[in-house]
Parts: sequence; C-alpha cells; structure tokens
Amino acid sequence: MAAPDTHAAIEAIFRIERARLVAALARMLRDVGLAEEAAQDSLVAALAEWPRTGVPANPGAWLMATARRRAIDELRRRRMAARKHDEIGRDREGADEGAAETLEAALDDDLGDELLGLIYTACHPILSREARAALTLRLIGGLTTAEIGRAFFVSEATVAQRVVRAKRTIAEAGLRFEVPRGEERAARLASVLEVIYLIFNEGYAATAGERLTRPALCAEAQRLGRILAGLLPDEPEVLGLLALMELQASRLAARLGPGGVSVPLTEQDRTRWDRLLIGRGLDALARAEALGGADGAYALQAALAACHARAPSAAETDWPRIAGLYDRLLAVQPSPVVELNRAVAHSMAFGPQAGLALLAALEREPTLRAYAPLPAARGDFLLRAGRPGEAKAAFEAAASLSRNAQEKAFLLRRAASCVPAG
Amino acid sequence: MRVMVLVKATEDSEAGILPTTEALAEMGRFNEELMKAGVMLTGDGLKPSSQGRRVAFDGPRRTVIDGPFAETRELVAGYWVWEVKDMDEAVAWVKRCPNPMPGPSEIEIRPFYEAADFGDLLPPEVAAQYEERTKTTGG
Repeated sequence: MAAPDTHAAIEAIFRIERARLVAALARMLRDVGLAEEAAQDSLVAALAEWPRTGVPANPGAWLMATARRRAIDELRRRRMAARKHDEIGRDREGADEGAAETLEAALDDDLGDELLGLIYTACHPILSREARAALTLRLIGGLTTAEIGRAFFVSEATVAQRVVRAKRTIAEAGLRFEVPRGEERAARLASVLEVIYLIFNEGYAATAGERLTRPALCAEAQRLGRILAGLLPDEPEVLGLLALMELQASRLAARLGPGGVSVPLTEQDRTRWDRLLIGRGLDALARAEALGGADGAYALQAALAACHARAPSAAETDWPRIAGLYDRLLAVQPSPVVELNRAVAHSMAFGPQAGLALLAALEREPTLRAYAPLPAARGDFLLRAGRPGEAKAAFEAAASLSRNAQEKAFLLRRAASCVPAG
Repeated sequence: MRVMVLVKATEDSEAGILPTTEALAEMGRFNEELMKAGVMLTGDGLKPSSQGRRVAFDGPRRTVIDGPFAETRELVAGYWVWEVKDMDEAVAWVKRCPNPMPGPSEIEIRPFYEAADFGDLLPPEVAAQYEERTKTTGG
C-alpha cells in the first residue's frame, strides 16, 4: 500500500533541512530570528504545495529558495516601513538593500561551513551556559521551547525568554555567524564542546526530578556530537567528547534497575551494555589518540570509560590504569570533582586507605561541602576498611545532600546495609 | 529511536554483480550526508546468499542448509543502523538514498526494541535479584 506524502512526512523532510536552512539564512541576514521565521515560512509553503505537486527532487533546495524569497520580502517590507516612519532612514535602507543582494549572491555557498558557523554562534561565550544550551537545542537540534523546558525542568516561558535574550545579545554583539579562525578558535571550540557535554550530562545524571536519566536528552547530545565530528573530522577533542558520550551512553540501559533504581557500574549486567555504541566510542577514541589528542580532557575521560567498556567483568577492571589516567586528567583539568574520582580510583587500585588519604585534603574544600558524592565515597571507603558505623553516618550525610530522588533512595539503602561487625 | 534499514536483495546482488563506480560514488555521498547529519551509526553490504548458510531449528534438532536461498526478494543485501527521531524521519532519509541496485529494488525500515518496550516485562524474580544485589553488595 503506497502512503501519500502526509504532513508528517513533509515535516520530517523539513526537520532534516531545518538547521542548515537556519544556518544559511542567519549568515546572510545576520539575524537568527528572521532566519527562523523565513525557514518556518518555507515549511508552511511546502505543506500547502507538496501534497498537490509531490515532493520536489531536491526538497532542500526548494525550501532554501522559498525561505530566501520570504526573507527578501520581509527585508523589503521593513525597508518600506522604515521609509514611512523614519525620515533619516537612508543608512538603514542601504544596509537592507545590501542584505538583499548578499542573499541573492550567496546561493552557492558551502552549507557545511554555515552549519558550523551557527553552532559556534549558538555556543558563543558571551551567552550564559543555560542560554547556550537552550539555543543549541533550539537551532541545531530543532527542539521546541516546550521540549527544552521539559529537559531542564524549567517552564516553557523561561526557555522562550532565554532564547529571545540570547538572540538579542547575538544581534547587539554583531556576531556574523562565522567559523572563528586564529587565536579565538580553540576557546570557541571549547565552549561548543562544553555545551554539548552539559546537555549530555543533564540527560545522563539528571540533577533534579524523579527519574535518574533522560535518554532522549543524551541521544540529542550524541547527535550533536556526531554532527560536529562530521563537520570537524580532524579535531581530537571533538572525537574525544564523542567517544566519551558514546561510551557512557552504552551503559544507560544497564544503569537503571527495576523501579528506576540506580545500578552502580560494578554491579551492572554487562550483557546489557550497548556493544554498537561501545564500538563507536572506541573507534572515536582511537582516532582522537591517532591525531595526537590522547591527553585532551575529553579523550582522557573517554579513555577512562573505555577501561570499563573493555573489562569483561567488574573484577577484571584495570584499576591501576584508571588511577593513572586520573592522575593525568587531574594535571590537565584540575578540579575537586576529578580529585574525588581519582580518590575512588586509587581506593580500587591500592585499597580503601589510599582513597581515604586522598579524601582528607578534599574534605576541607569549601566548594564540595554540599556535594553528595563526597560523603558517599567516604562511606564506601570506610565500609571497605571495616568501619561500618562511620560508613553508615557518611551514607546518611550523602543522602541528605542528594537532590535526586532515586539517588537519595539508593544512598539510604546503603546506609541501612551498614551493620557493625560482630 | 534506533532503526535498522535493510537493503533487499535482487537477482543482480544475488548473482554477485558489484555496483558500478558511479553507483558506489553516489552511495558514498549519501553515506557522508548521513554521517554529517549524525544519523548513521553503522552499516555494511553483505555477500550473496550463495555464500551464506542457515541453521534450521526444530526442537532439539539443528539442520544446516547451504545457500543460495530461493526467496530473493526477502533476502538482505546490506544494512544500516540509524538513530532518528521517528519513522517519518527514517522514511525521509531512505527516500534520499540513491537506488542501491541497477534495477527496481526495495529498502525496509524496522525499529529496534528499546528498553522501554520491556519496562514491565522483567520477570519479578529478576527484579528481586537486582534489589537483593544492590542491597547487599552496594557499590
């Protein structure tokens, strides 16, 4: 049975093209709001025409031509309005005429470069992290403001406001939607990677809400990472981040026990790890290392995840190698959180006393005072060191600090299981 | 969602006729587009069924059957695994694929089962085991 080209089918085609349409139009118009409107207009036109005429041979080109026409019309309309209301509107008139010409001339530009330019702009460091994440999900991922709100547990209105403000900031700063070159480039790429990993982590280790993970948000971040790796195939840290996300996501299903409880890495059923994603992650890591990026912060974290992915069972985990990788990670990315994980790795490689010794310094760190994983790790080391009474108190302290309902329940179960010996 | 995209065999593919250089180049461009869109996870082509084997199951019995197999149109000549938002997106991408065969051919799209599909299907004893393990050993 042949199905007609329904609205859903046309909208699917549009979704494939949307980011590239908005990217090309934003570069031409230097106005991301207008670019989005013009792209949306082209969808409306397609929904009206394609059911009658059939989908054109090159739907992307059709949508682009239509969107460009709408944008030119809008610029002309604005020029007329400016002429009416603004007697000294000559400068503005000139500018808009120029934009319309650029629009006509930009027909054969390389779209991959434009998409990259849009990604860099959405992730520009002049925007707050929340704004960067929202704008990236909106412009590149094509998520609605309602979907983004659900993802970050904020209202749709809050997201809409963030997006509007971010667009205004971009316009006021006169950003040109271009790929940064020279000295600026490394910092701007770091900002892009930070945003993608922020989105991934919000899905992987939900900091708020009832559910422990939100795989759809992880999938969105992985998709962004794959797009970026397709556009920048020789950037080791892009591949490092992609490897890290693929490897971590390979454990998503195994991390959730019945009833949504968290299953720790060492307890996970490894047959439920996603072998396809592990293979992709190891490939991307190997490419990052071959490009000389083995000591990048993301590549090192991916190498850590790869140690677990390669171990057939928890008992066969190469903890001394993991401890060594954390030593290197701490050198390139010093942070209390890395130090904490390093302490955990050393406790596994060299015993709980080694872990407790490394924790001692961290416990004086004021920024970690309300960080649940710190007392949770301490409880684990103490329990393994044969001090269940102190371990129980540490787990209870960790539970009282956790904001995630599932994590809290898990920590309370651990506290309850600490029975003094003899 | 994850889908498997199955390229069905034809008389040509079953005869082991390889695609032309132009067809390969065109498919390469399509694959590159899939990669840049973040859609493709993996994919490959399969040799004709004359080089394949089947193992038939009947109770405890296992019978090995050598290829080639008769029902050409039902055989698989190649596959991709894609990550897409929904089936409509998968269809939209397949429509952009160059015809993988010299003559008429068919591509089938099948969604994977996902963890959520099994949500309440875990046998209670498995669920209990999980609970028990996390309670006693922690981690």
